[in-house]
Amino acid sequence: MPWFVRRVLGIVPTLFLTWTIVFGVLQLIPGDPVMLALGGTPASDEVLDNERRRLGLDQPVYIQYLTFLKKMAIGDLGNGYSSKQPVSEMIAARVRPSLELALGGLLVGILLGVALGIAAGLRPHGWIDTMTMSTALVGVSLPSFWIGMLLIYVFGLQLEWVPILGDGIDALILPSITIGLFLAGGLARLIRSALIETMTQDYIRTAHSKGLSAVRVVAKHAMRNAIIPPITLLGLQFAVLIGGAVVTERVFARAGLGSMLIDAVLTKDIPLVQGLVVYTTTAYIVINLLLELLYGIVDPRIRSRRA
Amino acid sequence: MSEAPLLAVENLSVAMGATPVLEDVSFQIAPGETLGLVGESGCGKSVTALSVMRLLPNPPGKFLGGRILFDGTDMLSLDIAALRAIRGDRIGMIFQEPMTSLNPVYTIGDQIGESLIVHRGMNGSAARTETAKLLDLVGIPAARNQLDRYPHELSGGQRQRVMIAIALACRPKLLIADEPTTALDVTVQAQILDLIGRLRVELGMAVLLITHDLGVVAEFCDRVAVMYAGRIVEEAPSAELFRNPRHRYTEALLHTMPAANPPGRKLPSISGTVPAPADRGAGCIFAARCRFAIPRCSTDLPPLTEPPHRLRCWNPA
Repeated sequence: MPWFVRRVLGIVPTLFLTWTIVFGVLQLIPGDPVMLALGGTPASDEVLDNERRRLGLDQPVYIQYLTFLKKMAIGDLGNGYSSKQPVSEMIAARVRPSLELALGGLLVGILLGVALGIAAGLRPHGWIDTMTMSTALVGVSLPSFWIGMLLIYVFGLQLEWVPILGDGIDALILPSITIGLFLAGGLARLIRSALIETMTQDYIRTAHSKGLSAVRVVAKHAMRNAIIPPITLLGLQFAVLIGGAVVTERVFARAGLGSMLIDAVLTKDIPLVQGLVVYTTTAYIVINLLLELLYGIVDPRIRSRRA
Repeated sequence: MSEAPLLAVENLSVAMGATPVLEDVSFQIAPGETLGLVGESGCGKSVTALSVMRLLPNPPGKFLGGRILFDGTDMLSLDIAALRAIRGDRIGMIFQEPMTSLNPVYTIGDQIGESLIVHRGMNGSAARTETAKLLDLVGIPAARNQLDRYPHELSGGQRQRVMIAIALACRPKLLIADEPTTALDVTVQAQILDLIGRLRVELGMAVLLITHDLGVVAEFCDRVAVMYAGRIVEEAPSAELFRNPRHRYTEALLHTMPAANPPGRKLPSISGTVPAPADRGAGCIFAARCRFAIPRCSTDLPPLTEPPHRLRCWNPA
């Protein structure tokens, strides 16, 4: 079996296990789901029983479990309590703002992180390195709500360079920078250390002995070997981001999945919370799979290793 | 040596940080000639090899003085672009560690062809055709099918053959081989040396062979330079050196050769160790370990005599 088919099949048990855990956790939530579904409106026992039957809650737990798995497999996440809309459609409507923000943040993070990481890694303890590493620490340490508000104040309110609200691409600039700065800090550090380590390898000396230019030695021979840890970091950060950047979405009043999750939790909209958790975990697993496939492309040794 | 030398290293001194590692090293290699550079670990053989290519990492490596004339041009005065034009094109180099000297994420075809693309301006397919010929030349069977293999799919001996193909891709005038067989099995060692020997004749190139194996030198080299603690202590045509070693260090070294000793008995060793740079006196650095040292040895540094049999010793054999 080719390595990638093995990898793709490998996620089936993981998905199954994740859904099982989601189901199990929801069983543990205190309170009667039917009461929650009715939103606290007083109701007769008959109404409650009908509602319970409609939701399948009168069935034994194992039947509920199997029904749940079946629905997950076909992407049916049920209807939200408050909106009565299908959860899958509600999520789909909010994916775009979150995805845009994730991609914007990733772009800023990569541009900044890769450039600074390489500059720092090629001259360890030089001035770019010293500056980048101290700034990177600040970038990672500062909470994003603070950076976000600072950006809004300086570039939105004082300088009025960019709008602070809206759906346009220009409204994406400040939140992307907010997320990008955080990503760039970690990325620059990781690229720096991976590059320093790689540049001491024997094959780098071989590359120089062939008379290659410094750019070619770094860009071709070193970076491909140094890139796996940074790819891992970015992939996992991206997976978290497409589940919604909770704080940044709040600060910039963007209607993404992060704010949706907060609202769902606050209103105890169980199907919506469940749907969001399933969506986020599944996205996480799929991105992990894509990462593994990417490792195999970058490094042939991983491809030939037995799973 | 009637011809103009291809490589002339003159009074080369190199330091790693504050530590001198090469002092006043001079030697020459004529076109097509093979010079063996021998000595124990840490004596400066590899530093010499890397210095010629200016591949010594800086910092900590630092040139303190001397010249490295390749085809009349001083390598130490070249800018980086001129240096790159020589590296991999007119001087090829192979290293001690075939397992780690190839880039694990590129195919061997890519790594060999790269030199041709960079130095010869070949396009991808021309480089591929030439690369297949090179693999064939270094004795990798079914060369065409091997181009897309990765280093981890090859044995140590095959990887060293690939390294040789890289070094020879542009038909260099000089091959620097830094302990090319040390990391290999004994049977493979002989094959690799035979290969280098055969290609040297076929391509008419000069070889600087760095090794600690005197047997290899005897078989392979026209001339030998013996290094001790960063200095050349003796240099002579191979046959002359093996027949008539004059420096006490060379003499002791020859006594340690397995072939020079009856089988079944423990091999002799040179007692003591190379003194650390800080503990070196004004005289001959080998004096502390030398059974034939005279008083003068520890006070005055012996000068290196003139060719053909150069020697740095106050009390030679």
